[in-house]
Amino acid sequence: MVTSGRDAPRPVSAHAPVIVTSPPLLQVRGLVKRYGGHVVAVDRVDIEAYAGEVLGIVGESGSGKSTVLRLLNLEERPDAGEYFFDVPALAGRNLFTLDRMAQRRVRTFDIGIVYQNPHLGLRMRNTSSGNIAERLIVAGERAYRTLRLAAREALAASEFPLDRMDDPPVRLSGGMQQRVQLAKAIALKPKLLLLDEPTTGLDVSVQALVLDTLKRLQRETGVTTIIVSHDLGVIRMLADRVMVMRYGRVVEQGLTDQVLEDPQDAYTQQLVHAKL
Amino acid sequence: MSTVAELASSNRGYSYAFLDEFAKRELRRRILKAIAIPGYQVPYASRELPIARGWGTGGLQVTLALVGPDDVVKVIDQGADDSVNAANLRRFIARMAGADTTTDASRATLIQSRHRIPEERLQEHQTLVLQVPDPEPLRSVEHDISKARLMHAEADYGLLWLSLYEQLVRYRRVTLGASYPCLVHHRYVMSPSPIPRWDVPKLHQSAHLTLLSAGREKRLYAVPPYTDVRPLEFADVPFRVEDQRGWMCYRTGLQNKFMNELPQTGGGAIYEISDTGFVEKVLRKVPDREAAGSTPAQAAVGATYYDDEGRFYIDGYLR
Amino acid sequence: MSLLQVNRLSKRFIMHHLRREVMAFDCLTFDVREGEFVLVVGPNGVGKSTLLRCLYRTYLPTSGQAIYHSRYGAIDLACASDVDIVRLRREEIGHVTQFLRVRPRVSAREAVAEPLLAAGLSPIEAGKRASHALDALGLKRELWDAYPTTFSGGEQQKVNLARALIAPRRLVLLDEPTASLDAHARRALVERLAQLKQAGVAIIGVFHHAEDVRGLVDKEIALTADSQRPSEGDGLLTSSIACNGCAGGSGDVAE
Repeated sequence: MVTSGRDAPRPVSAHAPVIVTSPPLLQVRGLVKRYGGHVVAVDRVDIEAYAGEVLGIVGESGSGKSTVLRLLNLEERPDAGEYFFDVPALAGRNLFTLDRMAQRRVRTFDIGIVYQNPHLGLRMRNTSSGNIAERLIVAGERAYRTLRLAAREALAASEFPLDRMDDPPVRLSGGMQQRVQLAKAIALKPKLLLLDEPTTGLDVSVQALVLDTLKRLQRETGVTTIIVSHDLGVIRMLADRVMVMRYGRVVEQGLTDQVLEDPQDAYTQQLVHAKL
Repeated sequence: MSTVAELASSNRGYSYAFLDEFAKRELRRRILKAIAIPGYQVPYASRELPIARGWGTGGLQVTLALVGPDDVVKVIDQGADDSVNAANLRRFIARMAGADTTTDASRATLIQSRHRIPEERLQEHQTLVLQVPDPEPLRSVEHDISKARLMHAEADYGLLWLSLYEQLVRYRRVTLGASYPCLVHHRYVMSPSPIPRWDVPKLHQSAHLTLLSAGREKRLYAVPPYTDVRPLEFADVPFRVEDQRGWMCYRTGLQNKFMNELPQTGGGAIYEISDTGFVEKVLRKVPDREAAGSTPAQAAVGATYYDDEGRFYIDGYLR
Repeated sequence: MSLLQVNRLSKRFIMHHLRREVMAFDCLTFDVREGEFVLVVGPNGVGKSTLLRCLYRTYLPTSGQAIYHSRYGAIDLACASDVDIVRLRREEIGHVTQFLRVRPRVSAREAVAEPLLAAGLSPIEAGKRASHALDALGLKRELWDAYPTTFSGGEQQKVNLARALIAPRRLVLLDEPTASLDAHARRALVERLAQLKQAGVAIIGVFHHAEDVRGLVDKEIALTADSQRPSEGDGLLTSSIACNGCAGGSGDVAE
């Protein structure tokens, strides 16, 4: 069961930070998700992410990494776990226990997400700019000109060609669809950006361009980012820290270069050697 | 005029006002609920009637549940009292309920209408029943009806706004004509039934009660008197009614009332006011002074929602 | 003032698929002061690069301490939390490797300016300083806006150095930075290092051409082959960052 929590979260890491004194933006404890009663997709996972950092989650298909992301996006309810967000309005409140409306507010204002499959994140037959405008509308914006401007600005920030801003995503290439998703995700300047295999399935050259945009946006906005990928190259390029998942559990976590160059866990060593 | 006791006597072979008492009681309870939650679609058990679904059975059931022998009934079909459908409904209601009928909007107590609201301002003692083919304003943006209900529950109307946005992007104007979605009492978005945009402002802070009922879809909803009804509009792209400036009714010489356009054989068009009951009254040209002592049938033309210069009666409501 | 105190630092690699451990170095103890230039010497494969990487935490030290006196206070690099290390890498500790790792479609100048942008400089100012740094190392002007992925080894290394040495740091770890550089670039590098040393930056370096920096060196740490004591693993050891003691110091420090 999800426990309701107003009690203050406790740090998990053995070596608590001493230089970084601000609390993590995001703290998740004891996350459990089962499917069909006995399949444990996510098994007692703890996550901390500090303001402005990029956290990678790697693992093979079925490791539970995408489920974690869906849970963080409040798309599904976990079987157990607490989820705290260090923003004044939500301080000390377990996001998993908020009602639907409150969760929707969090998803609208505080979280942006880019899915591997653009069909999950976009309305494919509406205009691209409309996909972004919708988010602002949900946030209460009611001036048409403001919506146009904001959509234009967000699309420009994600390096989308503005002469195509009113084309529906269904007529765009995969790379451009990801840019629309990204523009939609950052339009309201969220605290947390979730990326689910954002470049998987793209051509290698397009992938590089999208990664470059992600890197630049992350640097310019300082948005805390959690990126899920099975591609260690993508993780190395973007993530400060990385968590390695297998069978729903975190088997190793650390600095990205340390985990990739000096993995401690047997499985991580296998994974790294298989990829490099 | 007959009494209910006479009209409801068992030897007539059917219940008073056609529907059985349980059906009427159910409808009245649904109507009360609809009034209590303005704009919320209340499901009801739509009954079989001696007319086909789609020909006003929703409106007719509400009318039959409310009508009494003291009522004066007017039936409108797209502005007209004299279409076959309007005449049939009017005759059926009068025969089943022993009620009086009229074509004068200000004399009626109960007005059942398809696709129009009269030009004359309705008053507190009047009830307007609108026939609704499709009660769901979200239908065009969300095909899954259970998802649409969830959206209503959460007041999640982003998609409707998005469709307005897209119309502005694609056509530089809102292309919605009839059934323009409205926010009722700052909470539920409703379809005002396929009335023209011209009639939408008439629902805002109106003195009369409006009931909207869809027989095929089995839903009814209400706008109680003096309730805010706002068409969805962007702050910088105001809602506009149909632009008929310059059109003049060939029968009355009036302007700034909702007109039908009648194409002529030689090209071009002439115009006539769509509200036939209103035209009738204007053509009788009864001066106000004589009206005071005259019979109701010769009543003066009442105040209209739009004056002859096209100004709406609530100052500043239409930008 | 002491900036870094390395105390009995050891590194063993555990290779699970081989079921054995490989010792890189054992029980190193030394001290680095602000503005000091420390040269790590020893034959190939004794773990010179490994030592630098352990201090940068690309490798996780097996035991021992590396107390670093940051602007925020003393912290043990061997077991500090990851976020603290990220912060220190961004602000205080630089690492120059032999290889440039840049993203595709990032120009040389952009790559060099990036650490300055991360530190909050305006794009114009960062671009100006990046150009200056590339100029000083002698990278041809027409290459500044090209993509380094197509560069020769020497050209890439110039970009790499410019990028690594551009942002203000208090401790710089240099891993064979001169390996593929021409004489001009080597001189420019030494000049830059002298500047940094003058400004109080501590430098720990492994140099292919040690004679280049001879004039800057304050002390040497000699790693010897007997500092590696390979231990056949009969069982898998679990990793730990335990700072427990080990006997003796095998790293000879020559002042």
